[in-house]
Amino acid sequence: MVSFNVEKIREDFPTLNQQVNGKTLVYLDNAATTHKPKYVLNAIKDYYEKYNANPNRGAHYLGVSATEFYESSREKVRQFINAKSAREIIFTRNATEALNLIAYSYGLKYIEEGDEIVVLISEHHSNIVPWQKIVQIKNAKLKYIYLNEDYRLDMEEVRRKITDRTKIVSLAQMSNVLGTVYPVKEIAEYAHSKGAIVIVDGAQSVPHMKVDVLDLDADFLVFSGHKMLAPMGIGVLYGKEELLEKMPPFLMGGDMIEYVEEQTTTFAELPRKFEAGTPNVEGAVGLRAAIEYIEKIGFENIQKQEENLTAYALERLKEIPYVKIYGPLDMKDRGAVISFGLEGCHPHDVSTIVDSYGVALRAGHHCAQPLMKYLKAPATSRISFYFYNTKEEIDIFIDSLSKVRKWLGYGS
Amino acid sequence: MDLNELYTELILEHSQSGHNKRHLKDANCTERGHNPSCGDDITLELVCSEDGTIKDASFTGIGCAISQASTSMMIDLIKGKSKEEAETLADIFLSMIKKEITDDEELEVLEDAIVFKNISNMPARVKCAVLSWHTLKEAIKKGA
Repeated sequence: MVSFNVEKIREDFPTLNQQVNGKTLVYLDNAATTHKPKYVLNAIKDYYEKYNANPNRGAHYLGVSATEFYESSREKVRQFINAKSAREIIFTRNATEALNLIAYSYGLKYIEEGDEIVVLISEHHSNIVPWQKIVQIKNAKLKYIYLNEDYRLDMEEVRRKITDRTKIVSLAQMSNVLGTVYPVKEIAEYAHSKGAIVIVDGAQSVPHMKVDVLDLDADFLVFSGHKMLAPMGIGVLYGKEELLEKMPPFLMGGDMIEYVEEQTTTFAELPRKFEAGTPNVEGAVGLRAAIEYIEKIGFENIQKQEENLTAYALERLKEIPYVKIYGPLDMKDRGAVISFGLEGCHPHDVSTIVDSYGVALRAGHHCAQPLMKYLKAPATSRISFYFYNTKEEIDIFIDSLSKVRKWLGYGS
Repeated sequence: MDLNELYTELILEHSQSGHNKRHLKDANCTERGHNPSCGDDITLELVCSEDGTIKDASFTGIGCAISQASTSMMIDLIKGKSKEEAETLADIFLSMIKKEITDDEELEVLEDAIVFKNISNMPARVKCAVLSWHTLKEAIKKGA
């Protein structure tokens, strides 16, 4: 294992080293987006300064170089998630677009009246709203797996909800609100035994842990680059080749065609069949650099640092009276996301007040309104870490949080 | 914007006292307003007489200190006013937030609610302050 020096790592991130509201920035909103290391920023700058052309067309030098950049990024992603072939890696804008692609292409073709699509109650809207649309069109049914009181999943409930009528099981590997990491492999095995396909939303897991699509036996995996050091606007759809092959294209236009006649078109091979229009080469280059950076640090180090931070934050949060934590209270199957409420204080006031101390956290429903309703919480505050956060930052956060109730006029 | 300027005694008093937070048994107009992104969700209740006077007003729901205080101040202000007057006040409040009206004398009619004048310096909290005023305009538009 390579040695891990967080202070040294922080020097790589220009945005982390700044003052906000006259205070040192404490950035605890990594589940929303992460900051970018110089290594990624320079890769993008380098690409634009030396290359910059449309990939897949034009025989000139720059065009060929752009194609090589783009395709080598695809190969990097393939290796990162252990897919069998680069043909199985489709670049999208983000995880949301990837889920929409699956819903509109696979869902519209293969979901029939009376079929069931099963998701968890803790899903992000991006893994709920597209399915609502598909079940409406197809007169099918969207079913939810509910959680236990400890915010974890009971396989009994999984077996109750996934039936012979279930065609798709789509779930986040880690909840962006609760921090729970779900037993995706076990769920996939059961879903497959019932003849359903399994879609894994890796937006919160892929940046933080080794995700191996073959080990999980995921039929699809989606994730977003910007939550793992890459720029915004680049995401990934992985799909098993035999599934992608039989799916119709999602967006039509340039680059995804083979022959276009006046009235008909034949489509390009995978992966270009699903990549209409000039692609986001800059994003792909940035994503490759981000993966290289993550690999250099190593998931072993990343996970250890995040576990230390999360365990410490949980412990310190429990010290503060009036705090209620929404999510597992111990570290078993748990990621670096902690949602909480502070009695008598609306999360937006909490956010504004800690922001004045330089602390960036998230307040609201975190794009998971059905979960909020299920938890009977109109909104929560959320802190989320990446490997570049420190214990000192948690201390600053706890200190600022302990002042919130006073600002809002409570005695303590 | 300084926290002292935002969480003033007046705002905290209004957000916590709850003197306007209740159901009105004989309400003849209710209008829900919400900010989906932050979870502010209020329902405005009005009792309007036939001549168009707002005889009583109240609200229920949840939200941050800013949205709750703004709603409460608005209710104090519009009680006893005609619907037209109430709508004019809402327009003045929204113009104040947009910095279209900055003259304090012109804003005097807003009474306590003038404390939100500087919220425009806090873009993230503007929608908390304006929620109830938009809800009021919606209620009047629908013929309260």
